[in-house]
Amino acid sequence: MGLEILRPGLLTTVQDLGRHGLQHVGLCPGGAMDPAALALANALVGNEPGEAALEITVLGPELRFRREALVALGGADFDTTLPHNRPVLVAAGTQISIGRAKRGARAYLAVAGGIAVEPVLGSRSTFLPGRFGGLEGRHLRRGDVVPLVPGCSALSRKRFATLRHRRGRSVPWWAPALTVPDREPVLIHVMDGAHLADFDAAVQRVFFDTVWRVAPDSNRMGFRLSGPQLARQAGNEILSGPTCLGTVQVPAGGTPIALMADHQTTGGYPKIAEIVSADMPRLAQLAPGGTVHFTRCSLETAAELRRDARVRLDAVLRGIAWECAG
Amino acid sequence: MQRLALAVHEAHSQWVRDVVPALGGLALHFDPAFEGNVPDAAAELVTRCIKEGLPSSKAVGRDVEVPVCYDIEFGFDLAELSHKLKLPPEEIARRHAAGTYRVLMVGFAPGHPYMSGLDAALAVPRRATPRAVVPAGSVAIANEQSVIYPYAISGGWSVVGRTPLQVFNAHRPEPSLLQAGDRVRFRPIPREDFGNWA
Repeated sequence: MGLEILRPGLLTTVQDLGRHGLQHVGLCPGGAMDPAALALANALVGNEPGEAALEITVLGPELRFRREALVALGGADFDTTLPHNRPVLVAAGTQISIGRAKRGARAYLAVAGGIAVEPVLGSRSTFLPGRFGGLEGRHLRRGDVVPLVPGCSALSRKRFATLRHRRGRSVPWWAPALTVPDREPVLIHVMDGAHLADFDAAVQRVFFDTVWRVAPDSNRMGFRLSGPQLARQAGNEILSGPTCLGTVQVPAGGTPIALMADHQTTGGYPKIAEIVSADMPRLAQLAPGGTVHFTRCSLETAAELRRDARVRLDAVLRGIAWECAG
Repeated sequence: MQRLALAVHEAHSQWVRDVVPALGGLALHFDPAFEGNVPDAAAELVTRCIKEGLPSSKAVGRDVEVPVCYDIEFGFDLAELSHKLKLPPEEIARRHAAGTYRVLMVGFAPGHPYMSGLDAALAVPRRATPRAVVPAGSVAIANEQSVIYPYAISGGWSVVGRTPLQVFNAHRPEPSLLQAGDRVRFRPIPREDFGNWA
């Protein structure tokens, strides 16, 4: 029972919500770049929010389902015949081609029951730098067969049958994509970084006034932001300190880097800003070439934004759960 | 720092997912679902740990022996170091292996230890141009520290030898060979023994 990969796409990996509790030995949590979109896709097929799914990046894969399966594509809008943000019961032998991202950069293909790769250190997420997790610790290749849970077809039919509203092999409604930006530049809230004061006032203004562009050499570890170079005042040597998802650090060259899901756990570069956790999924939806603009906020505002995002996601997940419990 | 990190870790706060000691600070990573005030909760936790008394430094870390082969094939920067430090390669290896090291933090890559305790006579700045790829297990030095590269990654430290041990293996119950606070000694091994560890 599996999902055949006929064409892998640009970067298709197995991801869940990552592995926590190991940052002290240098291992970042990793996991889905847009956990909200992952939760959405999972809810649509009746899975728990953190079940493993395929993370699809910018250019999607072509796949064949050997058996009937309930699937959902959540997150970015891709050029494909598979409807977005809806549960779809695909027939055995169905081939699905997912083309380019039209809006956003990352989508999650969830299957009822999840992706059945073995967990490593408590997670099925692929950690590319360490070459473990997911399918053999790597991105998918042509000819791979992604394992699905035993009895996936029966589970899929059962879950599809309990949907309150059905039309053909799908439903007449769709869930809202919560994290896919409508327009650019995307506005991202940041708190002051530990070393913001190491940059003089003019440089700080440049950081907040610039519309930054995600550079082509950006990846799951970090987004390099092209724009003006940020010179730091000659000053204190910085001891290697802890970093976090969303830390914006400025290496000697002056090009800021926003740390993403597979980031390093410590770093010796000055930290100019910390992106609020509520905005990380929206940043993750930017493809190389996408633009972003930063606005300063307090820790209290960051907490409010986090609660708001949680409430919005929970409301959508509850709505989906209601539709699924017919 | 290590003592505080251990105390906070052992406090098992349900909202703290990660406790990360680093050279420039201690990080507490909170679960984003935490509804309370993060700085207050962090301050309360740290204050409580200090009040209750931190574990002794003896309780922090383990003694770990790491076999290292200082053959010139593995320690490919020994020749350049020998020139810079005006010491023969054997003497650099001897002095490197004679020290007792303390793991200050594990970071940069999974399992990658930063260790203090390098003989001051071996202190050299980082190489001007980092190597694109340093092989896994490479033992390297810069300033007054030593590191071990867990994977083949790029790095700017001068390589003096290689350990046959796996520094990080996600499939082990204890994935990282070393943790912050560990006391490390390097034991020189001959080239012909290197393969026996794998």
